[in-house]
Amino acid sequence: MSKYLLNKFLFMVDRDPELVERYRSEPRELVSWWEAECANTVLNCHTGEASTWLRFADVEREALATHDHVKLFELGAHPFLTLTLFIALFERDNTEPLEYQKSYGARLAHFSMPYPDIAT
Amino acid sequence: MASIVAVIASTHHPFYYRASTATGEDRPPFADEWTRKILAFRETLTRARPDVLVMVGSDHFHQLWLDNMPQFLVGKAPYYDANWYNEEREFGLPRMLLTGQEDLSGHILRAGLDAGFDLAFSNELRIDHSITCPIITLRPEADLPIVPIYTNIFAPPLPQPKRFVQLGQSIRDIVESWPSHLRVAVIGTGHLSLELGGPRQFGPHGPDPEFDQRAVEWIANGDLDECLREVTLDSLHSPGNATHGFMDFMLMMGVAGAGVKADYVDTLDLFHTMEAYFTWYPNGAPTA
Repeated sequence: MSKYLLNKFLFMVDRDPELVERYRSEPRELVSWWEAECANTVLNCHTGEASTWLRFADVEREALATHDHVKLFELGAHPFLTLTLFIALFERDNTEPLEYQKSYGARLAHFSMPYPDIAT
Repeated sequence: MASIVAVIASTHHPFYYRASTATGEDRPPFADEWTRKILAFRETLTRARPDVLVMVGSDHFHQLWLDNMPQFLVGKAPYYDANWYNEEREFGLPRMLLTGQEDLSGHILRAGLDAGFDLAFSNELRIDHSITCPIITLRPEADLPIVPIYTNIFAPPLPQPKRFVQLGQSIRDIVESWPSHLRVAVIGTGHLSLELGGPRQFGPHGPDPEFDQRAVEWIANGDLDECLREVTLDSLHSPGNATHGFMDFMLMMGVAGAGVKADYVDTLDLFHTMEAYFTWYPNGAPTA
């Protein structure tokens, strides 16, 4: 299991407007493509250099492919990264201010302290 | 030697820019009061007539990432571009360009390393809203050179709270030993209780108003003893999952000095989080 790789997905998709749209409209396809093409990219490094060992656990891949932010929280993905990207995906559907943000929190209401560990 | 003419600690709320510039139906009901408080807070910096701003904040996974994560980093560059695509997208923040004060950056790095802080550095740093929010609230002209200092309050393992305080104390000594005639303000932003991406987010108040009340008293009174007794890396989880940003307030208490009461204190109870604004004048309050 790789909290780091979950975070890397959230981080890389969040900073690219085109990937944000692809993740909103075709999440499963985007996750598969990203794992194959981007998961092993060494960021801030010479283009073309890559790692060889990074891949999602099945439960992680499924959580991302189904936009399951509750599962991502349970798995210890960084809450700031998840929230920021999911706001980008779904805030546009709000019918009143903060509607998505509040429902996002409400779906996590069954978690109590201590929350899942986010250390990578 | 340089003089520290103001020490300022503040929350950084990325919604302020949009709230304060919105008009008509888009203007939220709390915007007028918020703007009044910010203008009064801004005046505490303006009165000090600073030449240089040392800006303490924390990158929110913009340039600093988990493959290469520094604990404390000092920018040393002639310019700093500012704000990022996802901050434009979510908060409507403008792109900015700030000038650097490289001589002071170099002095802080050398003296900090010699004082026992193994500071990381960056010669090309794009800063984010932890530093641009206080520029927008306190110096919207963005006309003064800065030295950005980033702390890791975000990606565990984090430094201990006492280390933030010690760094603040060292920054005070280091800036005051800078061979320059310039007037320096040290400005740092953090959080009181805050929850992001968890069940307690975006409530009608901050997630832990009782913590906020105690925290404001610690800061206002410079009560580092009590604050360090109460605050641990573990304890900060309980007021809200993003409350480790409070350690940047502790850093600023270190800059201001143990037991030194703030000359200016104000708060604003908003949805989601409490805003808090503090100013110290180490050499006495400036006269008009």
